[in-house]
Amino acid sequence: MEAPDTTAMGAEEFWKGLWKENPVFVQVLGMCPALAVSNTARNALAMGLATLFVLTASNAVISLVRHVVPKQVRIATYILVIATFVTLVDMGIQAISLDLHKALGAFISLIVANCLILGRAEAFASRHGLGASLLDALGMGAGFTVALLSLGAVREILGAGTLFGLPVLPAAFEPWVVMLLPSGGFLTLAGWLLVFNAFEQRRARASAPEAREVPG
Amino acid sequence: MSAQPAPIVAEPPPPTWPMLRAMVGVGLLCGILIATTFLATRPTIERNQAEALQRAVFDVIPKARSSETYLWLEEGRFEAVGEDARREGPRVHAGYDAEGRLVGVAIEASGMGYQDVIRVLYGYAPDAAAVVGMRVLESRETPGLGDRIETDAAFVANFEALDVSLEPAADGAMRIAHPIEAVKSGSKQNPWEIDGITGATISAQAIANILRRSSSDWIPRIQQRLDDFQRGES
Repeated sequence: MEAPDTTAMGAEEFWKGLWKENPVFVQVLGMCPALAVSNTARNALAMGLATLFVLTASNAVISLVRHVVPKQVRIATYILVIATFVTLVDMGIQAISLDLHKALGAFISLIVANCLILGRAEAFASRHGLGASLLDALGMGAGFTVALLSLGAVREILGAGTLFGLPVLPAAFEPWVVMLLPSGGFLTLAGWLLVFNAFEQRRARASAPEAREVPG
Repeated sequence: MSAQPAPIVAEPPPPTWPMLRAMVGVGLLCGILIATTFLATRPTIERNQAEALQRAVFDVIPKARSSETYLWLEEGRFEAVGEDARREGPRVHAGYDAEGRLVGVAIEASGMGYQDVIRVLYGYAPDAAAVVGMRVLESRETPGLGDRIETDAAFVANFEALDVSLEPAADGAMRIAHPIEAVKSGSKQNPWEIDGITGATISAQAIANILRRSSSDWIPRIQQRLDDFQRGES
């Protein structure tokens, strides 16, 4: 799944968000929504997509205005742009489904404070052209969505025996309610971080055989 | 003599005009975007809200085929809201069957739950002198425990026929004969009792309290002014 070295630079901007610099599993950014809204797969997917949209749209705008915004007011401008797109998403979700809006509650507005978005604006979009910024935002947003979905799927299957509201486990299964509660979010995140890091370590060891002698 | 301290170089003053231009420009752009989206989505959002309320009203008054919203006026009577949906005030929703006969009144009520305010809608059927349906409109109860007030079929079934019949009080006014009460799961004996939920005691109790308070306010009022809800020429 890694982009091969021969791929153009653009693809690399996209893929790094999904895997090598995954915002949740590697950078550990945006934990508040990642833990709070990942109790079901549906909420996690909606939150991930909303963040993806805000990230992409605000990265694009910030990249376009990067030459006309003096550095003293850049953060204020970024927040203004991000808050605007969050408001648009909030109204959009209300128009699509009131139930979904009810489930996501206050967390939609809190996308403004998601450090992933301001982080990408400051670290990437304000220094790169429109194309690269869009790819970076799409990659990071997709990485965030995939991460939230992995959390939400595990929590919903174990906590309610369903996935996207459809039963997937036999009726005899007694749901682990704790997985739907905040502590379940931490447990699941820890589990995924473990898997992710074990995978990364194995890969690093395979690509650098001399490192095997390192004790521990 | 020691070396002279380096002269302090004053930082160039921040560029006022470019800063102003950037902030105002971006602000204007953002304002236009928000206003456009607001205007574009408002009709859909309002329709969604009206539909959600309509669905909820039909849910809690199973026999209803159409509904109409009534305001409770200070002088002690109900009046149809009609077209002017923006009028403020306490309100109920009357449900009618296919022939236009009043089959129930849906009442909104709210109160403190385990975590936050719970809002419910319940239907009162004057014929049966009973609550015939209840739906949670809004709650933040614990998923998997407290939210069983919405998902537990046995609990929801409590509200299919919950007695709220009236009796005259000492002062001549009507009051609920047996106030609604939550009892321990499985120990319901009387038609005005709500079978609680094991593991969600507080949430179930909260629903009972909300309904008890709201019903003792509204049901005597509605029962007294039933004629206000009659449809048709008379």
